[in-house]
Amino acid sequence: MIDIRPPIKATNMKKHHALQHLLKRLQKQPKTLAPFVSLLLILSVTALITPGFLEIKFVNGHLYGSLIDILHRGTPTALVALGMAVVIGTRGIDLSVGAVIAISGAVTAVLTVNTDWPVWIVIACALGSGLVCGLWNGLLVSIFNIQPIVATLILMVAGRGIAQMITEGQIVTFHSTVLNAIGNEFFLAFPIRVWIVLGMIILTIVVMRKTSLGLFIEAVGANVRASRLVGIEARLLVLSAYMFSGFCAALSGIIIAADIRGADANNAGLWLELDAILAVVLAGASLAGGRIYLGLTIIGVLIIQTLTTAILTSGLPVQYNLVVKATIILAVLLIQSPTTRQWLAKRFQSKRGQNAKKEQNSTSSQNHGRADQ
Amino acid sequence: MTPHSNVKDHSRTTSDHSSALLQIRSLSKSFTGVQALNAVSLQVNKGEIHALLGENGAGKSTLIKVLTGVHPRDEGDIQLDGRAIHARDSGHAQQLGISTVYQEVNLIPSMSVTENLTLQQQEKSFGLINWKKADTRARALLARVGLENLDPSRQLDRYSIAIQQLIAIARALSSEAKLLILDEPTASLDASEIKQLFSLMTQLKNQGMGIIFVTHFLDQVYDITDVITVLRNGECVGTFPTASLSRSDLVSHMVGKSLDDLATSSDHQTTGKPQNTLLTMQHVGKQRFLHPLDLTIHAGEIVGVAGLLGSGRTELCELAYGSTKPDQGHITLHPDSSATPAAEPTSLTQKSLRQAIQSGMGYCPEDRKLDGIVAELSIRENMILALQASKGWWRSIAMSEQKKLVDDMIKRLAIKTPDMDKPVGELSGGNQQKVILARWLITHPKLLILDEPTRGIDIGAHHEIIQIMQELCEQGMGLLVASSELEELVMFAHRVVVMKDHHKVAELRGSDVSEQAILHTIAS
Repeated sequence: MIDIRPPIKATNMKKHHALQHLLKRLQKQPKTLAPFVSLLLILSVTALITPGFLEIKFVNGHLYGSLIDILHRGTPTALVALGMAVVIGTRGIDLSVGAVIAISGAVTAVLTVNTDWPVWIVIACALGSGLVCGLWNGLLVSIFNIQPIVATLILMVAGRGIAQMITEGQIVTFHSTVLNAIGNEFFLAFPIRVWIVLGMIILTIVVMRKTSLGLFIEAVGANVRASRLVGIEARLLVLSAYMFSGFCAALSGIIIAADIRGADANNAGLWLELDAILAVVLAGASLAGGRIYLGLTIIGVLIIQTLTTAILTSGLPVQYNLVVKATIILAVLLIQSPTTRQWLAKRFQSKRGQNAKKEQNSTSSQNHGRADQ
Repeated sequence: MTPHSNVKDHSRTTSDHSSALLQIRSLSKSFTGVQALNAVSLQVNKGEIHALLGENGAGKSTLIKVLTGVHPRDEGDIQLDGRAIHARDSGHAQQLGISTVYQEVNLIPSMSVTENLTLQQQEKSFGLINWKKADTRARALLARVGLENLDPSRQLDRYSIAIQQLIAIARALSSEAKLLILDEPTASLDASEIKQLFSLMTQLKNQGMGIIFVTHFLDQVYDITDVITVLRNGECVGTFPTASLSRSDLVSHMVGKSLDDLATSSDHQTTGKPQNTLLTMQHVGKQRFLHPLDLTIHAGEIVGVAGLLGSGRTELCELAYGSTKPDQGHITLHPDSSATPAAEPTSLTQKSLRQAIQSGMGYCPEDRKLDGIVAELSIRENMILALQASKGWWRSIAMSEQKKLVDDMIKRLAIKTPDMDKPVGELSGGNQQKVILARWLITHPKLLILDEPTRGIDIGAHHEIIQIMQELCEQGMGLLVASSELEELVMFAHRVVVMKDHHKVAELRGSDVSEQAILHTIAS
């Protein structure tokens, strides 16, 4: 008896230890780990349900497969979410991004069809329209002190109307080799739009982290009174956050218009603001402002896009799509909620107690190791 | 037995039981080990205005909260009109006859006066609100506080704070109150508005109501109250008839020091070297905030700001720093004339905070959590925030330099933390205060303004922070330090500005700086 038991106990303990380690990291840095774990779980479950989901083929120098498709489809949301993350960091929100997508798409289409301007001027005009929209939102929020949700709601409603006025109520289709390339062609094995978004993500992270812009935005979002007392001017920061969000939405609008080779003022980017907000929240950010997680926001976007693609490829009847998507996202959010984490921590508390001695031993041996170095 | 047993002899021994309205006997309450109230006894008679006084943490608000049922009591009993009462919550307390009006008007600004007055108990006909009846009742309530001519259908925020305060009292009186508690009702009122409130209080008193009046303005205590009860550290120091308690006795009861006990002289080191003028405030003031005052601060000098709670200490600090802009006067920051003889003095009066910081100002606010730390951000980020803000976002301090600056500060101020990337919110109060101090030291300020730098931190950190302040002063920095701890203040301050009722009443220097002198000034 005595001979048999110890090995069993040891393996049990080992398992517990691994689980504890994971939980410990989840507790220590839950915000960085949880989105990754969620994405991996969703990917693996989908791979089980849909054979060949993880397959990637290399044809004519292009990569094909569901995973590439997720990246491709996820680009508009990723751009919008990037801007949204910055705005939410300032303790704001931008509901108008969907409408800005429609405006920017309309500007792109109408200028391409009605003028013979070079394509880069057309793109600059579309991006400019996004900046103007962001400036409008920013002025309402930071100068007139209108609550962000209300201030951006105005453009959310009016923006689609403006887009319809630009397209004169029509779906304007266009042909432009450059825009078509942005929409659907490949460069170095990946879709061009994936490269554009990747560049935008890297640029944003570099600007936010290599200058002090990120620090100031987080400080203002987390404690505006303390930030004022150290001399940070919140107004200009908040204004530029909304302009950045408008710029991102406009770029997203160009990609969406380029994809369908036309501008649909009614449907382009419809409800995209909600996916973007969801992605930011999935990344662990709080709508009450503060820490911004740009990289994790992109993981959040991938979670949402993976779900959409996975449900479509799984052969589930179309009418179940929305409910299944919502259920899974709810599950992810519940896992991330502090209440759930506390509950989980309590459940594993007793087991942790049993292994406390072992842990102590391991840490002390680690310390010895360090001392030797 | 107690050091104040002699004090209690002066207190009212003739408790007229026929007119006793509220009787509190040995009431105790503790919060997780902290004894907020320790066997407090208090009697309020009918037709009496009873001042409840005490410094921060004396137990005034706890007493009121236990009385109105917000907190359950641990021990003791409370009798109202001869009946023992146990209020479950403030609504129940109001039904029992205890009505409370708080400092912040507890009404809804966007609703009409009638709606505010009838919110707790609507006039209904057939289950629906009868607005005609509601209006009639609102008018009747308003008449009780002398506001017969006020239009109750208008939105509440159309009226001044004073009127809103009176409306709040009207609502508190709506349930035939016997006892009215006014918790600092005059803090945001001007002189004529206070008069209006006092005449109402007198009127209610004459109707036989008992009033407990909490205030920080000693003049008002002597203007209107009949009896004074002083609390200190959760204990009742005593109850005294207002007419027979001198101001100096009152102040010494409040701060817990008898004037005779205090040494009159203090060993003050006057700095030998010639002092350069650093900051001058000329006739700086703001309406309803701080009465205009003059103040000069020199390099290598600690100027203390003393005064009771609510006397204008914090207001002085805010005006000097510029976080609140004065509506009159000039603030000038002088350059170090020995280093740059030709440099012009800078006028700070209209400058932004960032410009003030760039020219060498720093400020540790009183409320560390609300105005000081950014709890979510790390120690490193919190520390470099002020320097980075003065440089601007585009000139980011290199990470290696940040780490060096922060590491130096953690060592110099002995901040206890495993690493500099820990969120500041997880540190102890003393270490948080050191982080904020470090935030300013990194900017190399010429003048540092500290509001209650030692409040709410443990004894060890307490001494360390005072030591740091003295070192900074020796290095030639000017410091303006507001503190409620007189003992501490006279120890490190070279000069002390005494504040009272939002006025600067004295400036003590050299051998005049003593606890006794400060208390005398406050009491006079």
